[in-house]
Amino acid sequence: MSNRLPDKERKMRKQPVSDRRAFLLSAARAIGLAAMGGLVWSAYVDEVRASELLLRPPGALKEEEFLRTCIKCGMCVEACPYDTLLLAKPGDQKPLGTPYFVPRDIPCYMCTDIPCVPVCPSGALDIESVSTDNELDINIADMGLAVIDHESCIAFWGIQCDACYRACPLLDVAITVEYEKNARTGKHAFLKPVVHADACTGCGLCEHACVTEKAAIFVLPREVAMGKAGTHYIKGWDKKDERRLEGASSKTTTTEISKKSAVDSLNDSGDLY
Amino acid sequence: MKHLYDKYRFLFLRRLTQISLLLLYIAGNYLGWTLLMGNLSSSSILGIIPLSDPYAVLQMFAAGAALSANLLIGAAIIVLFYFVIGGRAFCSWVCPVNMITDAANYLRRTFDFDKIQKKQPASRHIRYWIIGLSLIISVAFGVAAFEFISPVSMVHRGIIFGLGFGWAAMLVIFLFDLFVLKNGWCGHICPIGGFYSLVGRFSLLRVHHNEAHCTLCMKCKVVCPESQVLHMIGKKSIPVLSGECTNCGRCVEVCDDDALEFSIRKFIEASSSQPLKENIS
Repeated sequence: MSNRLPDKERKMRKQPVSDRRAFLLSAARAIGLAAMGGLVWSAYVDEVRASELLLRPPGALKEEEFLRTCIKCGMCVEACPYDTLLLAKPGDQKPLGTPYFVPRDIPCYMCTDIPCVPVCPSGALDIESVSTDNELDINIADMGLAVIDHESCIAFWGIQCDACYRACPLLDVAITVEYEKNARTGKHAFLKPVVHADACTGCGLCEHACVTEKAAIFVLPREVAMGKAGTHYIKGWDKKDERRLEGASSKTTTTEISKKSAVDSLNDSGDLY
Repeated sequence: MKHLYDKYRFLFLRRLTQISLLLLYIAGNYLGWTLLMGNLSSSSILGIIPLSDPYAVLQMFAAGAALSANLLIGAAIIVLFYFVIGGRAFCSWVCPVNMITDAANYLRRTFDFDKIQKKQPASRHIRYWIIGLSLIISVAFGVAAFEFISPVSMVHRGIIFGLGFGWAAMLVIFLFDLFVLKNGWCGHICPIGGFYSLVGRFSLLRVHHNEAHCTLCMKCKVVCPESQVLHMIGKKSIPVLSGECTNCGRCVEVCDDDALEFSIRKFIEASSSQPLKENIS
């Protein structure tokens, strides 16, 4: 007994930690730390990438490409004469440092010289996409698409209001007014605003002008506002739409039932009962 | 007055540079001055000369972004500039976070925290690991990973464009440096500093040590934010060659014995004096 303790102690003191063990341990520690940090970091970056309810300046690349290309310098924000553009700061819950605007507060006034786009050093705001024949053309900008909530728009109630129609910079092109008989009164008309997706730039002047408490017409990013028919449905009478078929491939899927011919599968109802 | 100037001349110049750059950026945003527009991620001088953060551009490259000529030229100008005057001069002469961490450091020294927490539990190589990690995440997720979490850009953008919760980032860095780890952010974690350490490895402007004058008071080591670069103090008359030196000049001004000075790197002397000395001893 009396011999053992010093023995044990001696063992603990004298046996040096081998270099290899020390190295392996510190390497494992570094890898563990890196994995932990990397996981949290990636999770955050992935979250940030997923935010899609965001309106970008004119000429912005597609959201995914935009996030990759924007260097967050804020020069577009500085160039905007109306203080429309904002840089996302911590607490805004938007991808940090990227430019966006909130049209209900300050819409895009669609300057013809588009000062925000040429100053972009990274090409995240693409001059090409807002130019026709090498000249800046704000009317082809695509910041989003105005959407009308028929339930809260008072023009759809039969009350006369054309605030959005009048505010639209592409007057009578991006928003038109449709007349319709008001069957309730029998003698009045509905003057309903209609947004035309092919012309709307998403500037948000309509949303800004809307008289209801919370805007009944509002701008959403185009991908959020629109559905997609896919290549199964084509307007055969429209040459332009038919072009969507170019490059489409046909694929036939085979299920348990469709292996047999249609008639067989209908006649053989044995499995159903 | 003479004493104050002698002891704080570089500190004064650094604060002057840091603050006037910030003011120019702020004037660029609020007053429309064109002298310096943008922020530290990317800026433009008079709308003609582009400047870009090369580390951000590197991450964008990793993320697979199409890099514009403007960005590449801007990053090249910055890399060349710091390649010559010392990579981490950015950290001590430009970066606004430097003022926060210097304040924390000053308090650490004043209240003798350094004497209580002698052991530094973290390696100064963490920053290089973070560079690697940021590039991997940039590749995997297709966005410049560090740019989304960078407290440096958060603070700088915040000062120019509106802070939001950016003050929290400032506070966290301050408290971390004050209580958790000495030189924690700038000296251990920040990958921008790590990147500029690599850029400035061969830079021309260096602090030179003259061992013959040294009285081993170690004031320089106490004040240095990267004290490992001053390993030659009192031992050899060689320049500070590590890229991790921030060229802040604090060691030069606190030295009472003229044993440290800034000068253009003496390539030939530095390489020839070493074997010479060894021969003598």
